[in-house]
Formats: sequence, structure tokens, C-alpha cells
Amino acid sequence: MKQALATVVQEICKKYDFDKQRMMDIVLGVQGRFGCISVEAMDLIAEMVGSHRVEVESVVTFYSFLSLKPQGKVVIRLCDDIVDWMKGYDAVADAMSKALGITMGETTSDGAITLTKTPCIGMSDQAPAALVNDVVVTNLSPERAQDLIHNLRRHLDPQQLVTTVGDGNHSHPLIRSMVRNNIRRRGPVHFADFEAGQALKATLAMDPEAVIATIRASRLRGRGGAGFATGLKWELCRNTPSDRRYVLCNADEGEPGTFKDRVLLTECAAQVFEGMTIAGYAIGADTGIVYLRGEYAYLRPYLEQVLEERRANGLLGRQIQGHPSFHFDIRIQMGAGAYVCGEETALISSCEGHRGDPKNRPPFPPQCGYLDRPTIVNNVESFSAAARIMLKGAPWFEAIGSERTTGTKLLSVSGDCRKPGVYEVPFGISAREVLELAEADNPGAVLIGGPCRQMLGPDRFSGRICYDDLATGGAFIIFNRARNKLAIAERYLDFFIDESCGHCTPCRVGLQLLKNLVHKVVTGAGEPSDLAEMRRLSNIIIQTSRCGLGQAAPNPVLGALENFSALYTDLVSERSPGLLSTFDLSRAVVDAELRVGRQSKYV
Amino acid sequence: MTSSQEATNHPEKPRIATVSLAGCFGCHMSILDIDERILALAEIVDFARSPINDYKTFDGRCTVGIIEGGCCNEENVHVLEDFRKNCDVLVSLGDCAINGGIPAMRNNIPLRECLEEAYLKSPGVYNPSGTIPNDEELPLLLNRVYPCNEVVKIDHFIPGCPPPADAIFEVLSALLAGRTPAIAYGDLKYD
Repeated sequence: MKQALATVVQEICKKYDFDKQRMMDIVLGVQGRFGCISVEAMDLIAEMVGSHRVEVESVVTFYSFLSLKPQGKVVIRLCDDIVDWMKGYDAVADAMSKALGITMGETTSDGAITLTKTPCIGMSDQAPAALVNDVVVTNLSPERAQDLIHNLRRHLDPQQLVTTVGDGNHSHPLIRSMVRNNIRRRGPVHFADFEAGQALKATLAMDPEAVIATIRASRLRGRGGAGFATGLKWELCRNTPSDRRYVLCNADEGEPGTFKDRVLLTECAAQVFEGMTIAGYAIGADTGIVYLRGEYAYLRPYLEQVLEERRANGLLGRQIQGHPSFHFDIRIQMGAGAYVCGEETALISSCEGHRGDPKNRPPFPPQCGYLDRPTIVNNVESFSAAARIMLKGAPWFEAIGSERTTGTKLLSVSGDCRKPGVYEVPFGISAREVLELAEADNPGAVLIGGPCRQMLGPDRFSGRICYDDLATGGAFIIFNRARNKLAIAERYLDFFIDESCGHCTPCRVGLQLLKNLVHKVVTGAGEPSDLAEMRRLSNIIIQTSRCGLGQAAPNPVLGALENFSALYTDLVSERSPGLLSTFDLSRAVVDAELRVGRQSKYV
Repeated sequence: MTSSQEATNHPEKPRIATVSLAGCFGCHMSILDIDERILALAEIVDFARSPINDYKTFDGRCTVGIIEGGCCNEENVHVLEDFRKNCDVLVSLGDCAINGGIPAMRNNIPLRECLEEAYLKSPGVYNPSGTIPNDEELPLLLNRVYPCNEVVKIDHFIPGCPPPADAIFEVLSALLAGRTPAIAYGDLKYD
């Protein structure tokens, strides 16, 4: 057995040239073969790639899809995102637990099936959903969950759960998934026809500088949400002297309620890869990496084939399209379930084979990124847009959208509405118009950009989706008037507590303190001063966390305080002279009373 | 920090009360470390209930109450609540009052195990009767050690183990002068 383990680990390490920067692939490979990465396996990996056990272990323990202990042959990861919760997560979870005879987090006694939960898997438009190993199952109900367990028990083959396939490429033999695209509105940038190679042809007819000038002239801004000018990012990277540069595509679409990259990769993969290739030419890079979130592993075989086709057609590889000095290829780096890796410097850490820890900025990635070389990290949608811009020209693109935010935006609409799905809309559209398009059901609040932004009430529905007003990475979650907004804020706070990498104390500890305060208020024990303290603590966390996660994590609470303040102020009241209702002496002495057999004289 | 309860309407000298709950008296030593400035302080304030003068009960309202140590037993809670009722402003002095400190190291161990370890199992224990002390006079222990601000509202916090005398003097001077205390950076930085 031990020898067998050593042979397999050796084989996997060899596949990645014993390169410790490929740690993610190595540990994923080992887990794929043995169901976990045991202490013995970690020792072997460390020895073979010239690392230390603690370094391997730090990676294995960081990512939620990696496991030190054996798990079931089949692992069911039920998505517990807020939209799933609204659509009946509790009943589905109950049904699965009952059918399996285990509770959440446990494995059946025969070692066959593990049941666990996971944050947003990018299926909010077809929630409740779950991952069964890599296979996605959607639109779950308690009855369907029961059937699913029943069938799984019989064959233990997740792929056999796919009895109907979704629309578009979901019927492709390499995808074969029940996921649906739900493209509700096709716009001119992403969902118009695209012939592979045409945008690249137009690009290669220009100097790299002229390509960057075109992207700058289009005024394309990053579609991940932060909105940094794409052309400027490329220019900064190109102008940083270095022997190598890198193009990274952020397909770690983890912001709860966002799923537009899933659709782009399913339907427009060639356009995304072409955008990356164009970027490679513009900045002078020969390597591109797509960091694909572990939840989207079901798309990988298909994406590998698209890449293979592009190599065969001279759109990737050496001397692309006969250009004597332009060589560029793309590899896919799998993630393993870590929200923070959507932050660009954490994504770089993960690609380098480390824990997904964010890095200090500056230096920014265009100056010093992947392997300390100048690197651009762009969103899937940004690359897709860049390809279209090279095809249609900057003036064409600039004419779409609002005056200061050009182009279109893909919105991932979910929650309380009749038509959840992906909408390609011009920037400048109002939140109200989107609510109407989606046929929202009596909307009381909308979360534009996901939990890292603030939830807005009806008084802000006239706001416009653009970088000057309502900025968004794509999420558009609708809550009807009956939803408990404070409970929503508390759940999102739980999400950030779970996903914090733990590096910065204000984020690691502060968020827990914030949760305690929120809980105190929500349970009716709060005082007005607690609301002020929630604001103060939130500001400390925002100002002193080094990455976007900590800087955004208090937003669900702050948003509820700002936009729905009456909900909190109604719950708090002034207490008598300085005594705290949260402390209960009778409960605090109960252990001692039992131990010594007498009552407290102070209770 | 809130200053809502800072009162200035005292006809006589302002009165200061101090107490050590689940602490080691190190913070009180640090109060004494203000050295000869204590004479200036004594000119403008009276010390009420405090180990410094050994008064054990309140005999009137106080301006400032200084608390060393957290709450590890029922009596600590009773005394702390008494301070809250009798003082305009409460100050948590030192890490035990603020965070629970060293005594709070027991917080992750069940009370029963703590007692058995201390009185029965620990190496060197001589306890032939095998009893754990349980006199009526002994206050009941709490299930865990609580920082003071989890039991009553605290207005000001002076961190440190112990806090430097200069920090203590600054906070007292500021409160008596009716201004917000501003502890110098050097008195808050410990590494």
C-alpha cells in the first residue's frame, strides 16, 4: 500500500515536472486518486518537489475542496448561499440528511457518500443547487433530493444523475450537464456571433502599442467590479521592464449571486481565450493562465478541447498566425473552493502553489505579479469584451453604454423574480428597468454587486448601473418585501467570516465581534450605543484589512444600517444604569451550582 | 468609549474608587507607580472604596471607578455591578479587566476539569480526603472568566499588563479635567 502511494505520488509529481509551483495540481491529482491527501502523501509530495510538509499542509488545509481525511466516494456539496436558502435550502438539506441517515458534514458508515455544504456555486439562477463530485444538480426540491440520493446509492456514479441536459453547449459531449444558461437578453458585445481568429487577425495587423491604444480609447473598465481601466493596466504591465510577463484570467467567480462567467465560458469560450491572446500580444506575454474555480470543474474538459482546437488552428502556440515573434499558450489552473482567490493577489498566490493569501499592494500585479513578473489579471468578461473591441473598433464600443461607463455589462439576476438569468445590458440602465426585465416579485431590496456591496431599498431603484453610481461585478440579487433584511445581512456576514483567510486580525477577529454585536441587536438585547459601535468596528475592519475581502466584509451590515436603519433602531432600547442584559449571572454560575450543590446568593 | 456619563456636578472633591477583581494587583502597583504625583492627586481627589485605604464599602457616589481584573466568580460580578451603580465613570484597567487575561486561560476547559486538576490530579497535590473546597464563604466560580465590559458597560479602557503609570495618570487627569483622555502612542505600544 505504502509503495503504491509512493508510485502514484511520484507519477503525479512527474506530470508537473516536480515543480512546487504546481502544488495545486499535484494535491488535486493526489486527492483525485486517493480521495484525500494523507499525512503520508504530504510527506512524499514535500520530499519529491523539494518543499516541506508544512508548506504542503498549509495548501491542503486552506482550500475547502481539499481534505486530509478520507471522504465518501461521492461528495455532495449542497450550496447554502442566500438565494438557495430563499428557494428552499433547509427542506432540501433535511431531505438529504434523512435519506442518507447522516447530518451535514458526515459520511455514511459504508464510506460511500459525504454530505456537506458550500457557499455559492454560481447557480443562483437555478437554486437550490449542489455539486455531486464535479457534477452540478440544479432546481432541487425535497422530492428530487430524495430521488437523487436513492439513485446515487444504487450506482454511486454522479454522471448518471444527468438525465436531461441544459440548453446550448450543455449538450456538448464533454459537458453534458443539466445546467441551463438562462440567457435572457443577448447584447452586441458578448452574445453576438463570433468567428474564432478574426479579432486576433485584426490585432496582429497592429503594433502592440496600437492595440493598447485601441483598448484605452474604448474606455473599457474591468468587469470584475473594481472597474480599473483595462487599457491602462495593460500599458503599465507592458512598460514594466522584465524578461517575462503573464496574462491571468480570473474565472474564480465566487461573489455570491454571480454566474455570468459560467455562461461566458460555456457559450463564448473562444472569445474569452481570444481576448487573452490579444492581451498576450499587447503586453508581450507568452503564457496565459485561466484560474477556473473548482465549482466549474465540469467545464474543464470542454475548455481544454477549445484550447486544443485553437492550437490546431494556429491561434495558440508558436508563431501565431504566422507572426514570427508572437508565441502564446494558455493553461487552466483549477481552484479548490476558496472565495478569497477571486482577489487578484490571492489568485496569484494560488497559481504559484501557495495558500490563497492576498499579497501586499503595492507593488501591483502589472509591476510585480505571478512569479514576481509583470502580470495582468482580468475578469473573464473583460477579455471577452476586449476581443469584441478589436473586432469592431473602439468608437463602436464607446458608443454603447452611459457617457462615462462604456459598453455593456452582464448581469447575473437571481432571487425573487420570474426570470432569473444572464442579461447583457448597456451600462446606464437603471436598477428599476432591470427589475422590470426580470419580472421581479414585489421587490423590497436589491443587492447589486453581491454581498461585498450594500443592499439598496426602493428609494435607490432609480440609480443607474455604471461605475459612477451602482458599480457591480455582475450580481443582481432581488429580495421581495417580505424578506428579513437583517437576517440576510447576518448570513452574508457569516459567509465572510468563513471565507476570511485569517491573515489580518481586524478581518479575522473583527468580523466575529461584529457578528456578536449584530446578534445581540437582532435578538433584542441591543442598545443604541451598539449601533454606533457596529459602525465604528466596521470602519476599523475596512480601513485596516489589506485585501478586498476584509475591506468589503462589513458592507452587508453597514448597508442595512444605512439603507434600512429603522429595522435596527426599532430593536434597540436604552437599558438601566449601565448593566448589560447580555450577561446572565444565573447561567454563568450553573456549572458551579451543580458542582457544589448550593445556590448562588447573588441570583 | 462613551463619555455620556461623565459628571462634573460634585460639590466636594471628586471621589475615586478602585478594586481588584480577578487580577494580580499588578495594575494597582502601577497606580502607585505614578510616584510623587499621587500627592498632587490626593490634593484634588478623595479616595473612596479602595485597597489603597482599605475601605471596603461605598459610602456615597464616586466620580471615577477603576477596575482591575475580570470576573471569575459571583462575587466579582456583584462588586462590579456595585461599582457601576455607584460610579459615574468606569475604567477597565489592564488586560485582565479588558480581555480576561491570564485567568481566562481556563475558558476553554470545563470548570469541573479545572477544579479536579487544581485540587485532585495535579502533581504534588496532597489531598487524602479527595474533597474540593466548598465552604459557604467561597464565592461560586463562573463557567468562564468574563471581561468587565461583558458584564457592565465600561466607559474607558487602559490597556497594558500592567498599563504604564503615565497612561493611568493621563486618564485620571483627563477625566478630572473633563476632557477626553489621550494616551501617548509610546504608552500604548508594547513591542
